[in-house]
Amino acid sequence: MSLMNTLLQSADVDAAKAMYSKMGAAIGAGLAAIGAGIGIGRIGGSAMESIARQPEALGDIRSNMIVAAALVEGAVFFAIVVCLLILFV
Amino acid sequence: MPDFTSTSAIKTKLKFILLLAFCAFFRHSAVANHEEATHSDTTKHESSVAHTGGSKSHEGAEKPIGDQISNMILGHIGDNHDWDAFGHHIILPLPVILYTKSKGLEFFMSSHFEHGHAEYKGYKLINSGAKIVWADGNKIESIYDFSLTKVAVTLLLGSLIIILIFLSVAKAYRKRVGKAPRGFQNLIESLILFIRDSVIKSSVGPRYKEFMPLLLSIFWFIFIINLMGQIPFFPGGANATGNIAIPLVLATTIFLYVTVNGNKSFWKHILLPDVPYALYILIVPIEILGFFLRPFVLMLRLFANITAGHIIILGFFSLIFIFGSMQTWIGIAVSPASVAFTIFMGMLELLVCFLQAFVFTLLSSLYIGMAIEDHGHHKPEKAHTH
Repeated sequence: MSLMNTLLQSADVDAAKAMYSKMGAAIGAGLAAIGAGIGIGRIGGSAMESIARQPEALGDIRSNMIVAAALVEGAVFFAIVVCLLILFV
Repeated sequence: MPDFTSTSAIKTKLKFILLLAFCAFFRHSAVANHEEATHSDTTKHESSVAHTGGSKSHEGAEKPIGDQISNMILGHIGDNHDWDAFGHHIILPLPVILYTKSKGLEFFMSSHFEHGHAEYKGYKLINSGAKIVWADGNKIESIYDFSLTKVAVTLLLGSLIIILIFLSVAKAYRKRVGKAPRGFQNLIESLILFIRDSVIKSSVGPRYKEFMPLLLSIFWFIFIINLMGQIPFFPGGANATGNIAIPLVLATTIFLYVTVNGNKSFWKHILLPDVPYALYILIVPIEILGFFLRPFVLMLRLFANITAGHIIILGFFSLIFIFGSMQTWIGIAVSPASVAFTIFMGMLELLVCFLQAFVFTLLSSLYIGMAIEDHGHHKPEKAHTH
């Protein structure tokens, strides 16, 4: 924390703030990608298992899997948009 | 539509795939011209693939490559008062329609602005064509901008395309009454029936016919506009659904439909849910928040998916220039991988175009279905004697 205090008291406070905010945005985008990966991976995994159990339900399972993946991606894209706002606005 | 069922089906399919790959390359060269002034040696590689002419000289000091690329990407996904069709050589001026309290309604073509270098009638263009402000920086009166910008023209063109598609399909139905559908009519009909049966009928419920025009229109509108955004040259190439205004209007339409059509049990579930009274303080705010949040997330999902797709494709391609700015040979070495990635992401984007339209329609029909759902809370009828 003392490092951050020193930085915030220095002359180029704006540069430090910009640096930290960009780092935060980048880490946020990475975390959002992890969230997407975990979420959609679980959806895909359980879809695979249920297709293996019941191959005749392939069509239903496939469409439900795609819908659920799109919903999870919606939440992830919310995080991405926040990170983009930090970086570019 | 090309005929995929004839004996030369293989050749037709190959031509189609080559055309798609060609379009992907053209997207690269269209962007390449933008950067040519500062990277003429790396773009020689690109222009040998897709034959483009001349170089455009950039004015002003040479900015670092990161700034140039972020300006390029933001310019491509943003709105614009000119339409730079086909690689910044052919720039179409678009009508500018402004209303201000002091000057009233003004109408002129954006070519008067000369791509941001000239002032006209007291207005000037900033943000490389995106915004019109007063030339006199001190004036703070607001300008109401009703211009036909790139996105607005894309909307009109997309609507025209949809009207043409459906008029031709309707004509085909009239001509072939009772017979099996063929050709283009078959394609459109299969999509319409797919959306009607698996999305609208199952989600909206028994009263689906009242909302079918709305939901089908929303699906086709989003699908066609998304597809137009993937085409790199003139009638397409504008990131229309990636402009937050358009998903906003679509989501607001759904919100109004849900609010106006919500029946008593719908409002009862939100405001007076069937839980012990102590839980009201927890559940009612969550339900009210959810009521507003669902259309908002609907808008955000469509906007972010399409914009992120455009940024990814442009970014993969800009890798060539970023690496090339360090050493030219690194840029050339990265080119095959970058182009391959861009083509792959382009194919994925085509799937995303359809998928986002599908998911928007599915969720809209689910929300409308929830609003008009009749749970059957009928009181038993008293027996009456005649």
